Amino acid sequence: MSILAIQILNSLFYASVLFLIAAGLSLIFGVMRIVNLAHGSLFAVGAYIAAWLVGRAIGFGVPAIWLLLVIPVAALAVALIGIVIEPLLLRPFYRRAEEYQLLVTFGLLLILEDLMRLVWGGLPLTADTVMDAMPVVHIGGLVYPGYNILVIAIGIAAAVALWLLIYETKFGVLLRATSQDRRMAAALGLNVGRVYVAAFAIGCFMAGLGGAIVVPSHAAVLGMGVEALVLAFVVVVVGGLGSLKGALVGALIVSFVRTAGIQFFPEVELAVLYLIAAAVLIARPTGLFGTV
Amino acid sequence: MSLLRTVELRKRFGALSACDGVNFTVEKGEFLSLVGSNGAGKTTLVNLITAHVQPDSGQILFEDRDITSMTVAARINAGIARSFQLVNLFDGLSVFDNVALSIFARDGKTAKIATLAANDGEVRRETREVLAEFGLAAKSELPAGELAQGERKLLDVAVAYALRPKLLFLDEPTSGVSSAEKAQIMDTVSSVVRSGAVTAVVIEHDMDVVFRYSDRIVMMHEGSFLADGPPDAIRANEAVASILLGISTPA
Amino acid sequence: MKAAAIALPRFQTRLWPYAGGVIGLVVLASIPEILGLYQTQLLTYGLIMAIAALGFNLLLGYTGLLSFGHSGYFGLGAYTVAFLLQWLGIHSMELYILLGLPIAAIVSALFGYICVRHTRIFFGILTLALSQVLYSLALKFFWVTGGSDGLRVPRPTLLAGMIDFAGSGGFPRFIRSYYYYVLGVFIVSAAIMWVIVHSPFGKALQAIRDNETRARFLGLRVRRFRWGAFLLSGTFTALAGILWVPLNGLTTPDVLYWPFSGEIVFMTLLGGFRNFSGPIVGGIAFTFIKTYAVASTEYWQLLLGTVLVVLILLLPTGIVGALSQIVRRLLAVEKS
Repeated sequence: MSILAIQILNSLFYASVLFLIAAGLSLIFGVMRIVNLAHGSLFAVGAYIAAWLVGRAIGFGVPAIWLLLVIPVAALAVALIGIVIEPLLLRPFYRRAEEYQLLVTFGLLLILEDLMRLVWGGLPLTADTVMDAMPVVHIGGLVYPGYNILVIAIGIAAAVALWLLIYETKFGVLLRATSQDRRMAAALGLNVGRVYVAAFAIGCFMAGLGGAIVVPSHAAVLGMGVEALVLAFVVVVVGGLGSLKGALVGALIVSFVRTAGIQFFPEVELAVLYLIAAAVLIARPTGLFGTV
Repeated sequence: MSLLRTVELRKRFGALSACDGVNFTVEKGEFLSLVGSNGAGKTTLVNLITAHVQPDSGQILFEDRDITSMTVAARINAGIARSFQLVNLFDGLSVFDNVALSIFARDGKTAKIATLAANDGEVRRETREVLAEFGLAAKSELPAGELAQGERKLLDVAVAYALRPKLLFLDEPTSGVSSAEKAQIMDTVSSVVRSGAVTAVVIEHDMDVVFRYSDRIVMMHEGSFLADGPPDAIRANEAVASILLGISTPA
Repeated sequence: MKAAAIALPRFQTRLWPYAGGVIGLVVLASIPEILGLYQTQLLTYGLIMAIAALGFNLLLGYTGLLSFGHSGYFGLGAYTVAFLLQWLGIHSMELYILLGLPIAAIVSALFGYICVRHTRIFFGILTLALSQVLYSLALKFFWVTGGSDGLRVPRPTLLAGMIDFAGSGGFPRFIRSYYYYVLGVFIVSAAIMWVIVHSPFGKALQAIRDNETRARFLGLRVRRFRWGAFLLSGTFTALAGILWVPLNGLTTPDVLYWPFSGEIVFMTLLGGFRNFSGPIVGGIAFTFIKTYAVASTEYWQLLLGTVLVVLILLLPTGIVGALSQIVRRLLAVEKS
């Protein structure tokens, strides 16, 4: 029974991370109509920055529990990177064919992957200290990291915060207006350019946050971004692109299927995921809650 | 037997009744204009008949056959074609290829993958004929996207005409062009259509054009027919006149 | 005066590709003499990628569908060769092609059936997901596929077993002969692709690309055409994979991994996806660019990514598009 509880918690942990990545991807697509192929790499950058900051902080003798602050700082750092990227690499391509926009994000992926290698080298970068700093929880005789519970809480908080932002704030109205009809929004006097940068920055923040919260549990390694992107795609395919609810539901489904897959069909666990994605698309061509 | 007959055709979009029990007949060989203010239901009626949209209820009979549940492809095979109000062309292909494709599609030749399109002499000849009839021969090598607006509208009609339909729907073939060009376009369209013995239904807003070229005028208002008859009868109709003059006032 | 200036460039621009093609072929035929063994090998890889890109562009340039999963077909071709060797002991290049293509066609037909019910973004994502299915299968079923180590494929026999490359001096002989073999296959497949895109079927694809609604209103069954294009496209790219693995000597799951699909997209857009020769130029150019990038720095992805971004900023219609513009402008200047 307690093993089941742990499996569920693990799934929720994984779902939190997936949700953050997928929601960011979905937001960027919903507002800017760009599929950001470098999104997974930004997730990886968040993980690396967080792990690196943890390493530095330990060097300065910062007490372990304060290390948790690294998480939002790393996420903000990735958001800042996004603010630099958008005008430099994305804006020149808005008028161009969609294919080229996609390709630019692919070029960005290549650049980011090697930048990570350049800055942090080929060895994994860990941040276990953060995980160890949190107390453990006892579940029916078994020990479970309290950190994972924190991650689940962060995931829920992020979902709520994002929902509030999009549906309850004035800025959210701007986001939704721009995503529904860009030209109309511009005609009404909305500064579409600024909305774009903001949406991209928020999307990057989410990706970075995902990386920062996962790294105490899974070390930052090269190639994690490329892998993460495919999973994010599976999530948005299942849940629907452009939908916050879709990202949440999709993340939960993918996560639980993956956990069950690892438990019962370890060889084909990944393939099962992709086939689920294909199956959902056959049944519902725009994903479960897709708006596109 | 009428060429086309609709029976109590209905279509609603939410609260708006675009077609309210429409009984529309078209006789073979007619050049018919469908007029009415914006939102009267003209385009919806055409969309229903050409299978762009499905009706809520009612029947569509073509040559006394029930085509209500037929797909777009089946209706085209039966002999119904249309052109579009917002020009719908294959901009990346040449003017020649736009029309040629129509003919390839009509003759069921589009599955041919091992022969060059340029080698089909029959198709090329017919394409040249159609282009000549529509006055587009000189521009045949240009990409369709590079034509002037008036020429694009003509090409749009030519592509539909090349299917050699029995019934051709033209959705505002003169919209968006200067008045000088309008006459040109309608001259060409009406002479080609009549000489080809194609029955035509034209949606049109320009009443000068309508009165000059039509055999029969049907006026729609808020989803149903208001008037139906030859141009003289319509001109004399009081109700029509008030609608025409007060065309901008909402119901 | 003006009429002449308009007439002549059109005549010349129509002749230019043919003349260029003939010259190109003569040059290509004498490559092993002109360049060394290494460059010949590189060009062979380039021609193989050109075939892959030609196949890919049938979907993108001519049908308007951007696939991000073509690594799947390339890898399928490569692994099929490895399996044919491992399970049936086949060494003949012709048998690799004759048996590999139908298998690729079946898989492409199946994947295509799933994918063409969607367009644009979801089409792209779905193609990516399906190629990842193949990738994860190749990785996980290591007792069949060799896992991440992959499978070795030694030099095949060419021309129904008449030519083999055992013994000393085998390697240089193989490189030269294989170059001509691939060149031959390339010419034949490029010719086939040329006929396909200029056939009534090809015109129908382009019409569907330009205006799906209108194509439907000509009575064309859009989904069926897209599926047909998908089948041909996947099979073509699989042919490239079949040709690739004997030269590379080894196939690994990397060739199925989705960034390789990205490279195929990259090379096609680099050359220009709106014309026939773009993918050919792009495939060859990309092979050389990537090889030199890998050789010159450990951080070749950074270099490649930057080159990519700069190139597509500067060349909106790819290399071939830019060259055509230059030629057209030169001709216009000459006439005036």
